[in-house]
Amino acid sequence: MKFERFGLGIAKGMTVTLRNFFRHATVTQYPEQCLNVSKRLRGNELVWSRQKCTGCATCAKACPQGAIEIITSTNLVDSKYEVQTYRVDSGYCIQCGLCVEACPYDAVYMGHSYERAKYRRGEVVQANDDLLESPERPVSAYYHPEFADALAEQTLLVDKIVEKRK
Amino acid sequence: MGFVESALRNPLMAEAVPPDWPGGYWWHWVFFTVVLIAFTLVMVLGAVYIERRVLGKMQSRLGPNRTGPFGLLQAVADAVKILLKENIVPDAADKVIHWLAPLIAFVPVVMIFAVVPFQDGALLADLNIGILYVVAVSSITTVGVFMAGWGSSNKYSLLGAMRNVAAVVSYEIPLVLSIVGVVLVAGSLSLNQIVLAQDVPFILLQPLGFLLFFAASCAEINRSPFDLFEADQELVAGFHTEYSGMKFAMFYLVEYAEAIAMSAIITTIFLGGWRGPLLPPWLWFIIKTLIVFCLMVWTRATFPRVRIDQLMSLAWKFLLPLALINLFVTAIQVVAMPDASPWVMIVINVPVMAVLILLWSRFFKLGWGRVEV
Repeated sequence: MKFERFGLGIAKGMTVTLRNFFRHATVTQYPEQCLNVSKRLRGNELVWSRQKCTGCATCAKACPQGAIEIITSTNLVDSKYEVQTYRVDSGYCIQCGLCVEACPYDAVYMGHSYERAKYRRGEVVQANDDLLESPERPVSAYYHPEFADALAEQTLLVDKIVEKRK
Repeated sequence: MGFVESALRNPLMAEAVPPDWPGGYWWHWVFFTVVLIAFTLVMVLGAVYIERRVLGKMQSRLGPNRTGPFGLLQAVADAVKILLKENIVPDAADKVIHWLAPLIAFVPVVMIFAVVPFQDGALLADLNIGILYVVAVSSITTVGVFMAGWGSSNKYSLLGAMRNVAAVVSYEIPLVLSIVGVVLVAGSLSLNQIVLAQDVPFILLQPLGFLLFFAASCAEINRSPFDLFEADQELVAGFHTEYSGMKFAMFYLVEYAEAIAMSAIITTIFLGGWRGPLLPPWLWFIIKTLIVFCLMVWTRATFPRVRIDQLMSLAWKFLLPLALINLFVTAIQVVAMPDASPWVMIVINVPVMAVLILLWSRFFKLGWGRVEV
């Protein structure tokens, strides 16, 4: 005789919710507690290297959103292109990473940050020196595994909760 | 709380029957009216907070924890937000009915508290038909709900309201029948007398009655798992789809005030009301009410929502026969052994409950596919 149909099922269900009531909730309190994101995160804000860039504009051609604008002039002395303006409208950017994959000289990288919201539309458009790597704008290891060692190991919510519940 | 306590100890206030007026009667009336309305509103704010926190914990979340210490001010923030919202009335709505519905739904809920004793004799009106009054007044809320559904000129509101009325009409019967058992044992309809009669809480004497009353009252006040008329996840809101701003807040208030009112009634008739050791009686009453409310939240967190046909068959095939049998058994006990100790009744009634539930679960199969009509 199975008792599930005679009220035991109800009691079992009630026990499950009660057990959850006394366990640690499966959450992090975001602004105070942050989890480390994946090393290969395609985060906000492209990082650009002035030294490596040749002004070939492959990234601009690869961009499906047309978010990258690059203006070059000819340097007749050294006989090469010189980048006048490298402007990224990160408001259009969809973090697809195609520009990073397309760049033949490894001059653009995905950013590793994710808290870069701005108050004004104009601040979203970044050019030249705004785009260089800095402590606030770390480089992601996406498509460039050589940067992986510099980044913190990813933490998973599951691991944290399991640790707390022990 | 100093004033409240001294007022409760005042012999004029504590007298069960309003003393000769004009003097004492009006004092009593003003004091308890103000206290009851304040009590309802504060308890609703507390209930919203408790429900969201407890529900969150049971679903492995935290619930509101940002607004004020431990998120205590979340309900206040919600109330302020909703007060400032625009009041939208549909063009084709029946304006007068649309306006009146929230009030007609809300007032009876507050009126229920008039007969609930917070302490021996500390109640607005010690009606000798208290429990009948509760049953009668609590049903008026349904009229408000139906007016809201009709006045909104929205067919889905109307459908929700009609289903609500159907459910309330069905569940009223087991609800009242399970109270009658208590009334037989206590020998009085007055809630204060029922509390005074509970040397042993009636939940032990009437365990089946308690379960039936709990299930039926959950359905009566549209709480999950019987909240299919305003199922948050599936429908917009049922009868109050077209309400916004303060009028929506009134329906929200009704929902929780009803839950608190039903918890208070369950506390009074099954859990010994204000009786308890050490703590002051009104505190015992509030603690027990909140415990019953937490039980309602617990069932809400656990059970999946029933279908409309399951809702109806639960009322008519399960609760109603069991309530009738419970009434019959109690009546025989009261007539056959009027002077027996309550412990004899407990020894008889608990196995009776177990056997009846097991037996009826065999007859009554819920969730075995759609019931053909």
